[in-house]
Parts: sequence; C-alpha cells; structure tokens
Amino acid sequence: MMQDLVVSAVFIGYAVAVLLTFGTVLTWVERKQAAIMSDRIGANRAYVRIPFTQLKLIWLGLFHGLADGIKMMLKEDFRPISYDRFAYALAPWVVFTPVLLVFAVIPFGGMIVPGELLRILPSVSEWFGERSYPMQIARVDAGLLVVFAFGGLSIIGAMLAGWSSANKFSLLGALRAGSQMISYELVMGLTVLGLILIYGTVDLDAIVRQQSGLLLGFLPAWGVLMQPFAAILFLVAAIAENKRIPFDLPEAESELIAGYFTEYSAMKMGLFMFAEFIEIAIIGALFTTLFLGGYNLPFMTDDGFVFPGNHVVTIPHAAIIVLQLVVFLAKVLIMSSFQILIRWTLPRFRWDQLLSFAWKFMFPLALANLTVTAVVVWALQS
Amino acid sequence: MATPRTPTKPYVRKQYWNKPCMSWWERAYLPEILRGLFITGGVFMRNMGRWLTFRKGALTTYYPEETRADYAAGNRGKHVLTQRPDGRPQCIACNLCATVCPAKVIEIEAGFDPDDPAHPKYPVRFEIDYSRCVFCGLCVEACPEDAIRMVKEIPNLPTFDRGSLWLAREELLTWSPQSDVAKPYPPKGVGQLPEGSK
Repeated sequence: MMQDLVVSAVFIGYAVAVLLTFGTVLTWVERKQAAIMSDRIGANRAYVRIPFTQLKLIWLGLFHGLADGIKMMLKEDFRPISYDRFAYALAPWVVFTPVLLVFAVIPFGGMIVPGELLRILPSVSEWFGERSYPMQIARVDAGLLVVFAFGGLSIIGAMLAGWSSANKFSLLGALRAGSQMISYELVMGLTVLGLILIYGTVDLDAIVRQQSGLLLGFLPAWGVLMQPFAAILFLVAAIAENKRIPFDLPEAESELIAGYFTEYSAMKMGLFMFAEFIEIAIIGALFTTLFLGGYNLPFMTDDGFVFPGNHVVTIPHAAIIVLQLVVFLAKVLIMSSFQILIRWTLPRFRWDQLLSFAWKFMFPLALANLTVTAVVVWALQS
Repeated sequence: MATPRTPTKPYVRKQYWNKPCMSWWERAYLPEILRGLFITGGVFMRNMGRWLTFRKGALTTYYPEETRADYAAGNRGKHVLTQRPDGRPQCIACNLCATVCPAKVIEIEAGFDPDDPAHPKYPVRFEIDYSRCVFCGLCVEACPEDAIRMVKEIPNLPTFDRGSLWLAREELLTWSPQSDVAKPYPPKGVGQLPEGSK
C-alpha cells in the first residue's frame, strides 16, 4: 500500500513539474516562434546576472517568462468594486485547476516496474517486489469522460469571471466564451465518439495500447490514420475550446479589451494566461494520446519494437521507460508548436461565422464521420 | 395639368466593394488554410535553418549592438565641426547656427584667441542636444564659415541618461579629412597683419 502512495506521489510530482514547465516554456516558444515566422529576432533582453560578476545569462531570451512571472506577482492586485467579490476571486482558480486535473488521466508512459528499475538498490527493489504501475496518475476506466467533465468546468470559470467583474466588456466576453465553448465541446465529443466506437473503450491507457497494433498489416494503428477526419475536427474544436486565435473571440482585444478577464490584474490575470498556455500542452497531450499513438513510437510496445513481419526487437526496461517519457514529451511539444503555428497564421473569425462554423460545418461533418465509422465498424464485426 | 411623372426604377444603392469571388477549391476552406500554414511554416523552417547554421535568420537588427549598414546615401544623422589644418575648429562662434536652430539645441560659448588675428573668436564650448535636435540641417545652411556639416553616420546615442545626449566640441571635432577643408589657412591676403603694425 505504501508503495502505491510513493509511486503516485512521484507521478504527481512529475506531472505538475511537466505542466508548469510547459506553461512557462510555451510562452517563450510562442514568442520566439512568432518572431522567427515573421523574420524577427524575438524577445532577447531579459537576463540573469550571476551575483558579484558582470556575467549576464541571456539564453536566447528564455528568462522573459521568469521576468513576466515576477512582474505579475509584484504588480498591484487591482479589484473592481464588484457585487460578488468571492466569485471574482474564485474564477481564475476555477479556470486554472481543471486544466491541471485533466492531465491526471492522461498516460505519459507505459507499465513501469519499480522493482526492476531500481535493481541497483536491493533493499528498495525488494520493497517494491513485483508490483507494476501504469505511468498515469489516476487509472480511471472512464478516462475520456473525465477529460470532458473537467474540460467543461473551465466554461464555468470564464462565465464566473465575466459576470462578477461588473464590466460590460467582461460580460460580453463571458457570453461569447460560454456559447463558443459549449458549441465546440459538442463537436469535440462527437469526433471522439468515432474513436470510442473503434477502440471499444474510454480508458486512455487502453486506447494507447491498441494503437501499438498494425493497420492493414504494415501501418501503425494510430488514430490519425484510422480517423483522419476526426483528428482534424478534434484539433480545430480543441483550439476553439482553448479560445486561441482564430477562435479568440471571447478575449478579442480589438473589440473587448481582454474579454472576460478585462478586470483582472497581477497574478489573477497571470493565472488565466498560464491556464491558456498549459491547455496548449494539454491539448497536445490529448491529441497525442488519442491520435498519435500516445507515448509509443510506431510499432513500439512496452517490451520493445514489433515491426511488420514479426521482427521483434526487445529493449531493456529502463531504456523503454526513458524512451516512452521522451517520446511523449516530444510529441506534445510538436503538437504545441503546431498550435502556435496556427495561432500566428490565421486571422480571427467574425462572431456569426464562428458559431455557424461550429453548428453548420463542423457539427454535420462530425455527425457524418460518426455515422460512417459506425457503419464500417458494424460491417467489420458482422 | 400635372405633368406625368416618368416612372423611375426603384433606387438601388450602388455597391462599391467587390463581391467575394472564390472558386469551390477556395470555398472548401481547408486547402487554403493548409496553404497558409505551409507559407508561414516554410518561412519558419527557412529562418530556423539559417539560425541553426550560424547565419542570421531575421531582417531586424540587434539595435543598438548592431546598426543597419544600409542607411540612405542622403541620410544626415550627425553633426561635425570642420577643422583647420592645425586641428582647431573652423567655427568662429558667430552664433548664427544657434540662432537659426528651430529646436534651440546648439549652445556656443565664445572665447578670445589673441594668437589668431584673422579669427579672434573661437568656440570654447560647442554643444548639441541630440534629445531635441530635429536634424533639419538649417545650422549647416546658416554657417558662413562652412564650419558645421552633417554626415551620414548617426551618433551612438542610446542611453539611460538624458544628460549624455549632449555631444560636446571634442566629439564633434572627430571628422577631419585634410583634403576636404574648404579654405586654405591662413587665407590669402587677410589675417597677415603688416609687419610692425602693433
């Protein structure tokens, strides 16, 4: 029992560290990638001076995130005279917390056997025995449902922030956020239904394991190859969920100042921004898990590689663990970078276009995709 | 008798903007989005490739560490005081430039030089405040002695301190191409007082 606690604590520490690091690093990636895409150099002035020397560490502007954080903590925490101080103070946390919680059900690695991994420490190895754990904080059968449940919570946060700010820009932003997120969450759910039909489970770890298989005998059975349509729709809906350009109508600064967090300042505003950047990583992780084979490389399983034609390559346990962790992070980073590419490429939708795009374009497409998938799955099973 | 009204067509407001005319390929939306992503992604890849191979992948510069090499030939960004062959300024401290200056940035303090009877006045201080200078060039126009000119370079100005935006006589006197000094010195016929006239 004690062993489970220790392993869970390690996993939680890893997940929180990864998410917070992603949240900070993605601000830098966004700045630098946008700069490079537009022939600029990008932020490169913040530095850390080594004490008692004139040595200034710039590191390609990596410390700008640090400077931002310090600035947000030291700024005046302005509060509007609102009729609902409590909801006003609560809203950033209601946005921020579910974003972190979603990661609890996302598997970031395969089965780990601590007893085998720590064989150089015989006492620890003996204490762990033959126990094995999936690298996932919460092994929930209803993993995908939990993701959607927590994803829906952040709508409440945005609405709370807008209503309790006593500001018309905030209210407009909150209304936009509410209608947009509900519309696109529907599309997101429908696209994922096709995947559930194929995999026959909502357990994310099981979904990843099924993607280690083969499709047509030679292709990796990744979700993106089995449901390419759903993959595109899911990504679009997820970006709309995250309220980023081209779907950033709730916080369209040219129309609504900052939308539903207009009245927030200092670290409360920082929490909204931080939640947005962490959600980029979360979307990347979800997309990786559902469509890109999760923590596995093509043809990879927990024991090694099984190439088409039954060529088996076994890899030691420790190497597999490290490989899976690195592969997962790399995939998440690539997907995050792709989202940033989209954000710096496309112009913003108009509000009516945004909703008609969800209801008249994506919703029927998702339904059609689901229908075709259902028919094909039924035909293959019978 | 009322004149019969000529039947007019109902008023149709003239449309001054173009109707969007897109082909079905463009209306399909996704291909055009992908094309846009390929353009921006291509620029990213090109610039990233340049950075990774130790070349510069940006059009902008690290100002002030790096200044643009392509200032226009007609750019006039810095004042210089021309010099006499012995290194003293040609300026005779007549204050015409300071008078004509629209931004009132030139400050001259005149001194008396008994050793040079042709030009007994000279500037002890000649200072220009670049925080207010508008670079109009009127000082150059006004100078009767061709003592102040403007050159293509810009002074190294970025600073945290307003006081250091003043350029003083020594910095303005750094420009001294000997062949380009307009007047020979001493000037012919003047300045040489007759022997024994003291």
